[in-house]
Amino acid sequence: MSIWEYANPKKFLDTTGPLVPWAYGLAGALMAIGLRWGFFATPDDYRQGSTVKIIYLHVPAAMMAINIWIMMLVTSLIWLVRRHHVSALAAKAAAPVGIAMTLIALFTGAVWGQPMWGTWWAWDPRLTSFLILFLFYLGYVALWASVPDPDTAADLTGWLCIVGSVFAVLSRYAANFWNQGLHQGASLSLDAEENVSDVFWQPLVICLVAFVLLFVALVLQRTGTEIRLRRAAALRARAQGAM
Amino acid sequence: MKALLARDLTLAIRAGGGFGLALAFFLIIIVLVPFAVGPDPAQLRRIAPGILWVAALLSALLTLDRMFALDHEDGALALIATAPVPLESVVLAKALAHWLTTGLPLTLAAPVFGVLLNQSGPGALWVTVGLAIGTPALSLIGAFGAALTLGLRRGGLLLSLIVLPLYVPTLIFGAELARRGAEGLEVLTPALLLGGISALTLALIPFAAAAALRSNIAQGH
Repeated sequence: MSIWEYANPKKFLDTTGPLVPWAYGLAGALMAIGLRWGFFATPDDYRQGSTVKIIYLHVPAAMMAINIWIMMLVTSLIWLVRRHHVSALAAKAAAPVGIAMTLIALFTGAVWGQPMWGTWWAWDPRLTSFLILFLFYLGYVALWASVPDPDTAADLTGWLCIVGSVFAVLSRYAANFWNQGLHQGASLSLDAEENVSDVFWQPLVICLVAFVLLFVALVLQRTGTEIRLRRAAALRARAQGAM
Repeated sequence: MKALLARDLTLAIRAGGGFGLALAFFLIIIVLVPFAVGPDPAQLRRIAPGILWVAALLSALLTLDRMFALDHEDGALALIATAPVPLESVVLAKALAHWLTTGLPLTLAAPVFGVLLNQSGPGALWVTVGLAIGTPALSLIGAFGAALTLGLRRGGLLLSLIVLPLYVPTLIFGAELARRGAEGLEVLTPALLLGGISALTLALIPFAAAAALRSNIAQGH
């Protein structure tokens, strides 16, 4: 039993198909619990007031935006090395979700920043690199959309993802160097002395898991759609060849 | 490789290609800025390094799409790919030709055009130094973008969407170098980081661009 068995599209569809509704359901339930808990059952922060509660959307979306790009990098590498079509299609399926997550993070950040920092936007390194990440996502999706041949498109976007990753990291550190930050440090990390207080932490983790599950459900479903689209195109090509 | 470089240079100069065009575009952007922000000399002097860098970025972008596209259309690129030269060197030669016809003239013109933005002394010097260090990275990153969007209709638009975000680190360090230089601060750190980006792209981009080219050429068959 190896993970590579799922490179077979049929096997992939058969296995992931039944999982999708579960993932959606679980994501929905956890999000309902996490957001309800976070919004109504936690105290207001003593300085930020109730605006602190946007953290339950902002942090998971931001984490997903970065992790989705990393997932696309891994699947692109698998495609370029092992030529498994499912892998390339998973990267293609993940990108629009990444765009949505980046937008959610930018939007919720702006909504929070207006009352807290007194500005919708600041050229802070974290904000700036997120905007650049957003542009990378746009370019990636646009390249997928405009190359007609699917294998070539997978190759080209794969390389763009790899080069883009290097430059995304470079941009992050360049932006650090360029301007001092307004954004606070990490609220959640495994090794930090100071994390957010437990009352905020527990619902936040639930929201994080919910976002991950939501992403898994979306990617599995979208990858399935891509596989079926590919099959339909193949059938159409065969039908045309027979005529 | 030398032959390829010579051929590209000749084509660029004789066919009225990128050579004058990028430079003229560079000048036009610089002329437009005072109309947009007003002719106050102190303000112009303050924003001059940034304007010069952004103008250089856009001018470099202007001639990128013809780097491989013309050869791809008439089939020369497929022939070049079968030649006993690695495709990576071809990319390097093409990027070098692009740099010689855009990056280098832009660098040399920057202190002259900077006069229009009331720039002088150390500011002009460090913009020029920064462009000299940074423009090779622009050409190389551009070569990657051109290889990706080869043979696409409306490739030019896509090219700018892909390439400009990749230019961000170069722009940040380049502009920082110019700003620090103009204010008489220490310039070694941004200069080294800018040089690092150029060295990194010089070492790695040819492989990525060649891979993209191979994929694109294979598609034609």
